[in-house]
Amino acid sequence: MLLSSDDPFLARPNSLHSCARQRLQKEERISFTLIEMARSLAGFLVLLLVISICEAASLFQPISDSHRSAALELFTSDHGSFKSLEETYEALRTFQILGIEKKPDVTAAACRSISETVGSSSTPKDLFYALKANSIAQCKIHEKASEGIISSLNAAVSGASLLLDFYYSIGGLVLIKDQSSKADIHLADAEGVFRSVKAFSQSDGRWRYSSNNPESSAFAAGIALETLAGIVSLASSELDQSLISTLKNDISKLFDSIEKYDDGTLYFDDKLVDGHEYQGPLSTTSSVLRGLTAFAAATTGNINLPGDKILGLAKFFLGIGVPGDAKDFFYQVDALACLESNRVSAPLILSLSSAVLSLNKKDSLKVRVTTVLGSNAPPLTVKLVGAFTSGSKDASLVESQELKFDHGSGLHILNDLPKSIDVGSYTFVFEVVLQEPEDEKVYVTGSQTKVPIFVTGIIKIENSEITILDSDLGSVESQSKLDLAAKNAVSLSANHLQKLRLSFQLITPRGRAFKPHQAFLKLRHESKVEHIFVVGNSGKQFEIVLNFLGLVEKFFYLSGKYDMELTVGDAAMENSLLVAIGHLELDLPEAPEKAPRPPPQPVDPYSRYGPKAEITHIFRAPEKRPPQELSLAFLGLTILPLLGFLIGLLRLGVNMKNFPTKPVPATFAVLFHVGIGAVLLLYVFFWLKLDLFQTLKAVGFLGVFLVFVGHRTLSHLAAASAKLKSA
Amino acid sequence: MAREKSSKDNAQALFHSLRSAYAATPVNLKIIDLYVGFAVFTALIQVVYMASVGSFPFNSFLSGVLSCVGTAVLAVCLRIQVNKENKEFKDLPPERAFADFVLCNLVLHLVIMNFLG
Repeated sequence: MLLSSDDPFLARPNSLHSCARQRLQKEERISFTLIEMARSLAGFLVLLLVISICEAASLFQPISDSHRSAALELFTSDHGSFKSLEETYEALRTFQILGIEKKPDVTAAACRSISETVGSSSTPKDLFYALKANSIAQCKIHEKASEGIISSLNAAVSGASLLLDFYYSIGGLVLIKDQSSKADIHLADAEGVFRSVKAFSQSDGRWRYSSNNPESSAFAAGIALETLAGIVSLASSELDQSLISTLKNDISKLFDSIEKYDDGTLYFDDKLVDGHEYQGPLSTTSSVLRGLTAFAAATTGNINLPGDKILGLAKFFLGIGVPGDAKDFFYQVDALACLESNRVSAPLILSLSSAVLSLNKKDSLKVRVTTVLGSNAPPLTVKLVGAFTSGSKDASLVESQELKFDHGSGLHILNDLPKSIDVGSYTFVFEVVLQEPEDEKVYVTGSQTKVPIFVTGIIKIENSEITILDSDLGSVESQSKLDLAAKNAVSLSANHLQKLRLSFQLITPRGRAFKPHQAFLKLRHESKVEHIFVVGNSGKQFEIVLNFLGLVEKFFYLSGKYDMELTVGDAAMENSLLVAIGHLELDLPEAPEKAPRPPPQPVDPYSRYGPKAEITHIFRAPEKRPPQELSLAFLGLTILPLLGFLIGLLRLGVNMKNFPTKPVPATFAVLFHVGIGAVLLLYVFFWLKLDLFQTLKAVGFLGVFLVFVGHRTLSHLAAASAKLKSA
Repeated sequence: MAREKSSKDNAQALFHSLRSAYAATPVNLKIIDLYVGFAVFTALIQVVYMASVGSFPFNSFLSGVLSCVGTAVLAVCLRIQVNKENKEFKDLPPERAFADFVLCNLVLHLVIMNFLG
């Protein structure tokens, strides 16, 4: 990072962040491109891409007691026993890593299930998990049982065809080698087995699960690496070094496919092809780490992986916080245990107990550097390399300085914040330097760590006063000083030809001007109508002038008593205030006809949503009916014309002489009259109770009958009268 | 006075001549006339009732009046068709006209009963 002083772009202090310098250089070049492209969208996108390449600041915490208490809550057992051997192993391993004491009922239940699995003939998968759990629970396995296990696992190895078969059987053999008294457990044809597992690998560093299935995943890569590490440790003789070196190449290729989040965390993820098989980034990354560390432990020689990648992986696991699921918890903790002590490099994490510092309380900056599981780091120094206001690209506000190490608490402390740090949001850049040169090979610290820091303090409010001025002349009518720290009871009066001016100054603890997030003046009328105004500023001076002449319509011409309230607030301000200033008697002219009415004020919610008045339904008053006697009288009157008709008929001398005498026509004639009578009777029933459809049906039948009968009768009558005429 | 007496005499003479002419009509036509008179009279009584108490169930009033008027109209049609002096309906046998009368009345009364409510 040697800078030549005659280069105008690079004439900046040495403490400037290299990334920021590169950014600035690139930005100068790109700005010309932008001018050329004349605000084309492509140029804008290029600018965004360049800025986003640099990491954002973020805070990571190592494993702490909150993890331990969460583990006890998540890994619950039913009287010590878990649902499966896999879960038993996961619980035991988590407790072991976090240093939680083994509970006797858990151990006893684990031993029971382990001896059960080991005694009977079980699948290699069950044996694998039983032996894994046993490596932690340390139950005794019978000699005969262990012999049986060894022979069945050896058979499984020779008969294996899928990656997982190899994994379980080889893994089981490795575990039983440590646990049983038999010292020599070797693989018959280690190289052959190695090659058959290697056959599952792909050129991009991922591995397949079987020779038939073309799907590959990084999760399978982790499993394969663990298996191969097991093969190497079980081999009776030294394996071909070329195999090991090709495997190291595969690992580098696998790490080339690592993915990245914006905050600098790195992880492995597989493509979501089949939802059933998909593992998720957490378990995939955990599996890869396990495989990598197992392989590094089993082989000699270095595996060249850049320390940044290991640090990125550590940040990925720490960035999760405390997972809520037992399986996720196990993956996180197991991966961190692999990172804690491995042959590749152990990451060191820089963390802060509090990222919010108060200038008022004279907080000091306390930094802790630990391993991922929270154990002590080797001797090192922490330097504060730079501090930048969030989001700005200016030079660093502080010079590079070392933090003092306190042996008692294990913290690196910066006692007083530099004078250049005022209230607000900053990004502090730290650098961790190991003191012993040998530690550089074992630990990795990362080049620079960016941490977001927020600084708060007490803001001084000075020279606050409220004045009533004459609108035209500008002469002061009344003036009072305010003490905005306490409630004021200023009483002013004004009319629409005057102005109100409120002014005050805000000064930060370091003596600079301060612009808060909120600075409002609220005027509330007696009728609860409110008006809010934003107080503007120029530098330190905050001032608002309310010219009532222009505000008459906004105030809805409401004269009367107005309460005044000032609100000044900010996240960095420890003494944000909402204070009543006093009262203002405002005299406004009368509202004209078309003036807008003030909006209706919100009603008390209990009355708005409470029960409403009960509505009694007013039914339509029934029509006035005539008295019953009158109706009956008229009914009688209606019968009269019928009687008159009958009497008239008798007087005219009607007779039945034309009624047919012969039996057949007589019956038809009778039926004809009966039919007519039946139809009329049907009509009476229709009025009384039948409905139209039933009536129509009946009329249909009767009508047909009537037509037939009537035709016979009338044609007979016609024939009879024709005979009479001719005769 | 003589003029008044003569107009009164004229009216009486006219009335007597009408009466004697009517006596010559056949009996069946007289029956039909009587029936028409009965129907119209019934309608009139219903109108008087409605005038006195108001038309509240108006549909009932209408159906009652229209039944009377309808049946009177059908009877008038029957009289026209049965009258032997009417040359237009010479070929129509009176039984056929009567059958039409009966059928139309039955249909009318079905409608009336539906509308009566």
